[in-house]
Amino acid sequence: MTTSLAALAAPREDYSYAFLDAYAKRELRRRTLKAIAIPGYQVPYASRELPIARGWGTGGLQVTLSLVGPESVIKVIDQGADDSVNAANLRRFITRMSGAATTTDALQATIIQSRHRIPEEVLQENQALVLQVPDPEPLRAVQSDSSKAHEMHADADYGQMWLVLYEQLVRYKQYIQGASYPSLVNGRYVISPSPIPRWDTPKLHQSPHLTLLSAGREKRLYAVPPYTDVRPLEFEDIPFQVEDQRGWICQHTGAQNKFMNEIPLADGTAAYELSDTGYMEKLSAEANGSTRGATYYDDEGNFYHAGYLKPPVQPD
Amino acid sequence: MPVILNHLSNLIDAPRLVTQTPLLRASGLKKQYGRITAVDDVSLEVYSGEVLGIVGESGSGKSTVLRLLNLEENVEAGDYRLNISGLEAINLFTLARFQRREVQTHHIGIVYQNPHLGLRMRYTSSGNVAERLLITGERRFATLREAARVSLAASEFPLNRMDDPPRVLSGGMQQRVQLAKAIALEPKVLLLDEPTTGLDVSVQALVLDTLKRLQRERHLAIVIVSHDLGVIRTLADRVMVMRHGRVVETGLTDQVLEDPQDAYTQQLVHAKL
Ligand SMILES: Nc1ncnc2c1ncn2[C@@H]1O[C@H](COP(=O)(O)OP(=O)(O)O)[C@@H](O)[C@H]1O
Ligand SMILES: [Mg+2]
Repeated sequence: MTTSLAALAAPREDYSYAFLDAYAKRELRRRTLKAIAIPGYQVPYASRELPIARGWGTGGLQVTLSLVGPESVIKVIDQGADDSVNAANLRRFITRMSGAATTTDALQATIIQSRHRIPEEVLQENQALVLQVPDPEPLRAVQSDSSKAHEMHADADYGQMWLVLYEQLVRYKQYIQGASYPSLVNGRYVISPSPIPRWDTPKLHQSPHLTLLSAGREKRLYAVPPYTDVRPLEFEDIPFQVEDQRGWICQHTGAQNKFMNEIPLADGTAAYELSDTGYMEKLSAEANGSTRGATYYDDEGNFYHAGYLKPPVQPD
Repeated sequence: MPVILNHLSNLIDAPRLVTQTPLLRASGLKKQYGRITAVDDVSLEVYSGEVLGIVGESGSGKSTVLRLLNLEENVEAGDYRLNISGLEAINLFTLARFQRREVQTHHIGIVYQNPHLGLRMRYTSSGNVAERLLITGERRFATLREAARVSLAASEFPLNRMDDPPRVLSGGMQQRVQLAKAIALEPKVLLLDEPTTGLDVSVQALVLDTLKRLQRERHLAIVIVSHDLGVIRTLADRVMVMRHGRVVETGLTDQVLEDPQDAYTQQLVHAKL
């Protein structure tokens, strides 16, 4: 009698729900709760191998997989776009493993996993934003030794971060840090808000939604809970500024005062289009009954928390 | 009798050392690096307005004493107190890292022989000074600029170069930036580790002048380490002689340098004459 190979092998098991096994999910959920309890504090976590290379959003993906349920609605964005290859791959993987639905509408999603952008429409209390973080350590530039950096966070020893800003003002008369602008969470921990543009940083302040930031390579996650203060580091007399894109008009929708991609043209000039493709889609489809939510910046460019952003001041 | 004595005491101040307690008091300091005992049972006191010089051959533990007084390292044994409101009763070595840093920031300034230890060479000179205020939470750019200007001017640094990085400055200028940084928060204690060693003689004389002026104006308690007895003679009121981590002699500068009692001090003084 011949025994088949299949009979000899251990019985085949399907993947766990949402790919991660129960222990991995429990680990992530515990770390996430801790991160929410200590806003801005970087919590280390134990991590599983994933069928996606590190550096392609595995940090965010693990958090998303620990949150997702069959009723979830998932939106995945890469640099503002839902349709990039990376976003599409992540979205396909998450829905295949969880049975969750997908959307490109920021307001319909329960979980938004994103790289480099926060949507233009104000996210709501029932939503979680998961940001993929390539480098979680805001002190990296001034302290390469991570155990020393850990100590500096413990002591709220951020003098050197401020010194970097001082140097920028002396040399360039303005803050020159672009994306990942260091920000103080809940008056206590300085975070790197992942490489979102400065335009998006204020959106983390006193927001109704939960933001989770997770770095796969470093295996650390941190959180901005709903209704928590987030302040970009700025001197009292020289206010932080978002990117100046006044006068940039989206070539497809005519929208202004939202974050734009710049498209260089052959004649040396540039055209502009909304970076948030989900929002652009909505504006184009508005005639067809799609509803648009309130945006963080209105059409005149005013931020929705009045007084949070201040007019520019030149240092002497 | 009491009447006339009272009257007299109003006219003539009692000697300072009788009426005051020392600002800085350290006793029984002991520091080991592996099997080396770098500092062994060292005690010292310094009053406000007084300069204590530490001399001794290379490796005798002078720099280590300064690092201990700057609360940079832990000791094996020792008691260290500053007579500053709120701190009198505390052995500073028992403080947690965070509290130590507070004391260090607010009350102690230090100048190292090697400017690389004391300065960020690629940042602006003004930024090096401003960082002291940033640590204490100052968040107005204009205030930082002004404070940097004031401290750099006090250490006689040319203000037209305040935004040059120390890396492009001469040794003497670098020491002035260190000094400006050290005094930026108006500390009570100033620690100087060979501040003029390696400078040209003429530059050294100018830096010493600046130190003397600051000393007069700010009533600091200064501890200066130097192997140059000329520097000690110029600045120090009292001197402490160290060898192999221990104090071999201590006394008024003139006394010790003119009439040394200890055999080692005699050698040291005569070698330098
Ligand atoms: N960080 C250290 N690690 C090991 N040994 C040290 C360290 N610092 C100083 N020492 C040793 O302690 C002794 C005293 O050094 P130091 O205080 O620098 O003397 P000085 O300043 O009088 O030249 C020397 O033997 C030195 O080699
Ligand atoms: Mg030395």
